[in-house]
Amino acid sequence: MYYRRIWAKIRGAMCLAIPVRIVSITGNEAETEIAGVRRRVSIAFTPEAKVGDYVLLHTGYAIGVIDETEAEETLKLLEEIASLSEVH
Amino acid sequence: MKFIDEYQDSKLAKGLANKIAQRSTKTIRLMEFCGGHTHAILRYGIRQLVPRTVEMKSGPGCPVCVTATADLDKAIALAHLPDIIITTFGDMIRVPGSYSSLQQAKAEGADIRIVYSTIDAVEIAKTNPGKSVIFVGIGFETTAPTVAASILKAQQEKIENFLVLSLNKLTPPVMKALLDSGEIKLDGIVCPGHVSVIIGSHPYEFIPRDYGVACVISGFEPLDILLCIDKLVEQIEKGEPKVEIAYPRGVKPEGNRKARQLMEDVFEIGEANWRGIGIVPQSGLNIRGKYGQFDADKAFSVSPKPPREPKGCRCGDIIRGAAIPLECKLFKKVCTPERPVGPCMVSSEGACAAYYQYGNHENL
Repeated sequence: MYYRRIWAKIRGAMCLAIPVRIVSITGNEAETEIAGVRRRVSIAFTPEAKVGDYVLLHTGYAIGVIDETEAEETLKLLEEIASLSEVH
Repeated sequence: MKFIDEYQDSKLAKGLANKIAQRSTKTIRLMEFCGGHTHAILRYGIRQLVPRTVEMKSGPGCPVCVTATADLDKAIALAHLPDIIITTFGDMIRVPGSYSSLQQAKAEGADIRIVYSTIDAVEIAKTNPGKSVIFVGIGFETTAPTVAASILKAQQEKIENFLVLSLNKLTPPVMKALLDSGEIKLDGIVCPGHVSVIIGSHPYEFIPRDYGVACVISGFEPLDILLCIDKLVEQIEKGEPKVEIAYPRGVKPEGNRKARQLMEDVFEIGEANWRGIGIVPQSGLNIRGKYGQFDADKAFSVSPKPPREPKGCRCGDIIRGAAIPLECKLFKKVCTPERPVGPCMVSSEGACAAYYQYGNHENL
């Protein structure tokens, strides 16, 4: 199961953080979802996080909010590089 | 899954690899600091994708691996004290200490529990008021704020039986120690993405300025790492080393101020003992005096026997990037994930575990 692999991955590794989507927020805690699996996480470090945001989840804490605009920019850049390198 | 799958596209990876190959003329050596990067690089065959001019070395970014044997021996000694519960992250319990391991201590009757989060460790303290619950705090700047948060939570909720053995460590000071030693010459560093989510990009600025070494912060998917390598090659080819962020969806130049505030409130900076490297000044996090009641080092005194390193194990050299796992005589013969001799084979971030799991030994 894909999600099992993801959870196994983050359980063991201390530098890893995975993007999860915030479903609801109660105080300092958020209900998050990834691949159909839900988990409560602390948003003590990311008070700016809103419902619908993706946050980087690391050992039970959201350590940062994913910047979706930057994520799209990076993908655009990668696509550009791929199309340019095909020409050569 | 969003923000994962799209950064694994093989067509885009090929495009990026072509670009790196076109750009690269000089023979260069890069180090990926983070064990998570080491695993991704081997898993996705990134060493085979980049041109032969680019050599990749693994660095000390595995928190379990860099924990000094003496510190691990201390945690094991604490576990044997009466009315103690030791809590820690999973990999830690299988690492062999000088004479035992946390796993062996558990088999001998010590109460040792694996937790996913420091939140769980505090919960265990809450539900076991008659015991002292010690969290063995390992990890870099990514994890240190979560340890700080656990101490603050214990203070707010008056959970007086929660303690931390702080073995948390800082990334930039050990990079400085490696560069100062001059043992291996580096042209560029793949800087750790999730450490940088917390500390931002500024703390690396001394590296290009004082050492002329390029620094690019990378995410953990294969395209993130290739993009990082491309930027490193570009900087080195131009002779203009600087700090860049190749993971802007996660990392801001200023990092996460809130997490850093909590970390700075709870911890003060001191020296730390690193496996394979030794004492590195300004690289450790000690619990401040005002939170002294949560400091396991102050609350309990144990004196384990002098530490000894496993015979023949080259984890220390591998951590410094001075050797690769294949150069260790024990690798795959005596030392395996089932019967690990050193921490680099135990940890899911260790270089030996990555080499063992993903093979791809040609071109290494």
